Amino acid sequence: MPKPVRAPMQAKWLDIGPITQIEPGMAATLPVEGGEEIAVFHTMRGEIYALVNKCPHKQGPLSQGIVHGESVTCPLHSWKISLRSGEALGEDKGCVPTIPVKVDAGRIYLLREAVVPPVQAARAAA
Amino acid sequence: MNAPANFRQVKALPERLVVIGNGMAGCRAVEEILARDPARYTITIFGAEPRVNYNRIMLSPVLAGEKSFDEIVLNTAEWYAANGIELVAGDPVDHIDRERQTVVSRSGRVEPYDRLLIATGSDPFIIPVPGRDLPGVVTFRDLDDVDKMLAAAEGGGNAVVIGGGLLGLEAAHGLSLRGMKVTVIHLMPTLMERQLDEAAGWLLKTELERRGQTILTGADTQEIIEQDGHVAGVRLKDGREIPADIVVMAVGIRPSTMLAKTAGLECERGVVVDDHMVTSDPAVLAVGECVQHRGQCYGLVAPLWEMCRALADHLTDTPSGYQGSVTSTKLKVSGIDVFSAGDFTGGDGHEDIVMRDAARGVYKRLVVKDGRLVGAVLYGDTADGNWYFDLLKRQEDVSEIRDALIFGQAFALGGGAFADPNAAVAALPDDAEICGCNGVSKGTVVATIKAGACSLDAVRSTCKASASCGSCTGLVESLLVLTLGDEVQAGAKTLCKCTSFGHDDIRRLIVEKELRAMPQVMQELHWTTPDGCASCRPALNYYLLCAWPGEYEDDQKSRFVNERLHANIQKDGTYSVVPRMWGGLTNPTELRAIADVVEKYNAPMVKVTGGQRLDIFGIKKEDLPAVWADLNAAGMVSGHAYGKSLRTVKTCVGSEWCRFGTQDSTGLGVKIERMTWGSWMPHKFKIAVSGCPRNCAEATIKDFGVVCVDSGYELHVGGNGGIKVRATDLLCKVATEAEAMEHCAAFIQLYREQAHYLERTAPWIERVGLDYVKSQMFDDPEAVKRLAARFRYSQTFMQDDPWAKRAAGDRADLHQHLATVRPAPEYV
Repeated sequence: MPKPVRAPMQAKWLDIGPITQIEPGMAATLPVEGGEEIAVFHTMRGEIYALVNKCPHKQGPLSQGIVHGESVTCPLHSWKISLRSGEALGEDKGCVPTIPVKVDAGRIYLLREAVVPPVQAARAAA
Repeated sequence: MNAPANFRQVKALPERLVVIGNGMAGCRAVEEILARDPARYTITIFGAEPRVNYNRIMLSPVLAGEKSFDEIVLNTAEWYAANGIELVAGDPVDHIDRERQTVVSRSGRVEPYDRLLIATGSDPFIIPVPGRDLPGVVTFRDLDDVDKMLAAAEGGGNAVVIGGGLLGLEAAHGLSLRGMKVTVIHLMPTLMERQLDEAAGWLLKTELERRGQTILTGADTQEIIEQDGHVAGVRLKDGREIPADIVVMAVGIRPSTMLAKTAGLECERGVVVDDHMVTSDPAVLAVGECVQHRGQCYGLVAPLWEMCRALADHLTDTPSGYQGSVTSTKLKVSGIDVFSAGDFTGGDGHEDIVMRDAARGVYKRLVVKDGRLVGAVLYGDTADGNWYFDLLKRQEDVSEIRDALIFGQAFALGGGAFADPNAAVAALPDDAEICGCNGVSKGTVVATIKAGACSLDAVRSTCKASASCGSCTGLVESLLVLTLGDEVQAGAKTLCKCTSFGHDDIRRLIVEKELRAMPQVMQELHWTTPDGCASCRPALNYYLLCAWPGEYEDDQKSRFVNERLHANIQKDGTYSVVPRMWGGLTNPTELRAIADVVEKYNAPMVKVTGGQRLDIFGIKKEDLPAVWADLNAAGMVSGHAYGKSLRTVKTCVGSEWCRFGTQDSTGLGVKIERMTWGSWMPHKFKIAVSGCPRNCAEATIKDFGVVCVDSGYELHVGGNGGIKVRATDLLCKVATEAEAMEHCAAFIQLYREQAHYLERTAPWIERVGLDYVKSQMFDDPEAVKRLAARFRYSQTFMQDDPWAKRAAGDRADLHQHLATVRPAPEYV
């Protein structure tokens, strides 16, 4: 079982572990209790991006697509999605939410407020 | 009003400036201040190293024996004296007392300041592995480190450098020149991944290996091994051990913030400063690698000069402000030219311009956004690096010269006419060589075109220009346009937008030029993108796998999800699992195991497939290995229902039971499936064996179909029951089971070797013609035997059950979540 990431209220950034967990050219998934699953991408050029793991077309799991350049091709119907903006490229129209990421000393951090849904946050605060 | 002014005047003797750090940043800042107002400050500099300031970035040439220490000294003892600077060398500052405005050195010396400048630079990052403190483990930061390396190199022997970045490779180069046998261990899959893309990293690795270094990428250090109290080697996580007489840790640097942090100054990754290099305390400033400005930390020298300018302007009351830096990198390894600058990660609205010259080992990539150059990676020819960097820093509009930009300054700016590549080609003399590989001149190409070669393909096949490495494709295309205008015919379809070659040429060149890795194919065949796309990556992966069985390592990141996870993705993101049932036969053990899996994993549906087996739906990717373990335990293996590979062999009951059966169709089907399972193909491949011409197994709409008759076996090929139904063509008739199997293997291998990726046998045969297939198989009486032998050889590497490997824990990363996020753990 993967270990849970603690998301205490005070932390602005969630540490989701070392960059080496994801081979360049691949992606990994991060389920969020009560929220949307997140796909974390490591491009061949070494950049890290995170998107909600749902294609804007038919909700395909983008984490399972082929990563090339700074985009991913959805495994269901081959929509090409920009990892930077979450927008569908080419003729297709649609956009998936992106999650701000930073990498520090070889570890990946996601912006907490973009990961944890506001309802959950409010309940946790109550 | 008067009193304070007078007080200030009394006090306005030179202010005391204390500088912590006698390195490049600290001294440069002092030089900049002196240049503006030499009388303004009384200056004291504390340095940890017992020597004057030297050019740290030239330590690599010192290690390599290309320079001496004296040659890299920046500020001599005379300089300090002449400018009235007190240098306290070899006595680092241990404490800052901001209340009293003093610093305390290690020897106990207390120095008061009016302004304090922190220029502590950075510390090498030491990976926390056992053995990191052993004698013989060094970093590469100062002259003492170089001396240690030189001492080790005197005895020759083995050196291991951990870290394949800029610093690590320079250390490796130096040690190699000093006669040591060097191994570089790098965690990431490509060298210098922060500065270079995959293509340039691959070229660099190849060149360093040619020079005798061993480069291990994707290598994670487990521990440093000791023997007799000294370092003896490095053990990797995969168990490999590399002997070492010295280990250099060069995995990166971290801003040195300890002193500032202890003094209560605001620090994040670095000491936080504003645009004037002022920290959270107005009396304290910081500059160089220790600072964090607008979220950025820098580990290069150029930003440091710009910071020092802004700092000196501020300290002499003419504030200008620092705006952050665009940086460029050059590797200081003689004979290898590498340059990178700006942002070359690409993205929305970013256009890549790629030029590759395989013959010269050149790779150039420019990234343009909104008509401006934003990034550049150059390998093999960096002559235009500074020009590109200048364009990049000045944010100059390059739209006018965009088409010629990649050819460099001389070409792009060589007069208005040359900004258009066609015009440049037009200006070439007739005897100018266009194709270096085949020695074809411009005159010959033009003559060929005038004689009727109206497309790139026609030129390639007629005069051979651009038919080998393809680097002159652009020139030939220009000549086609110049000679024919609008009459140029579009060439054969290319594999994808990343290349000017079609499938056939790529397959031929992979074999002819012995290309054995994907980055090699992309470099040698002049791919126009750095790492391909979702169309060409899977195709190249298959072509390489087919061309080099047993040698080429399957690339999981170039596989479609189904082939990567060995199951079929469904619309809700779950997977379906189809175990193999040989020839459509099953038994109680298998059925029980399937039933148990369905219940255990709550599979919402089980369905009988058209290929005579059972499909279990709704399995989560993280449950797949456990499901497979259960199925394996009952003797079942992957059915490859997800692959561009052999799917099923459908059979009827045949002569064993059926009153019309002429041969043992079930038995033959099982034998054929045992022979062909696990083979990767251009597309999915279905087989059927019918026991009589009633054809209950529907063999005449399969890729390969056997119809048994009294006198033997009719072999049919190229059928398809999909979107466009196509009945098979009769290939031949054979007398024995063994012959039927031999022909099946031979036909599959011909298809594997010659069809385009994602082309089923039906469109392939329509394209090349049945006669062609027959001539390939039967013109030479030995052809069937040879094709079948190649298929069987390839199968020796393929018939490992992929499920069993995953069930045993292989590539668990593909199935597991990274972690789960629990929003409020304090309540869980």
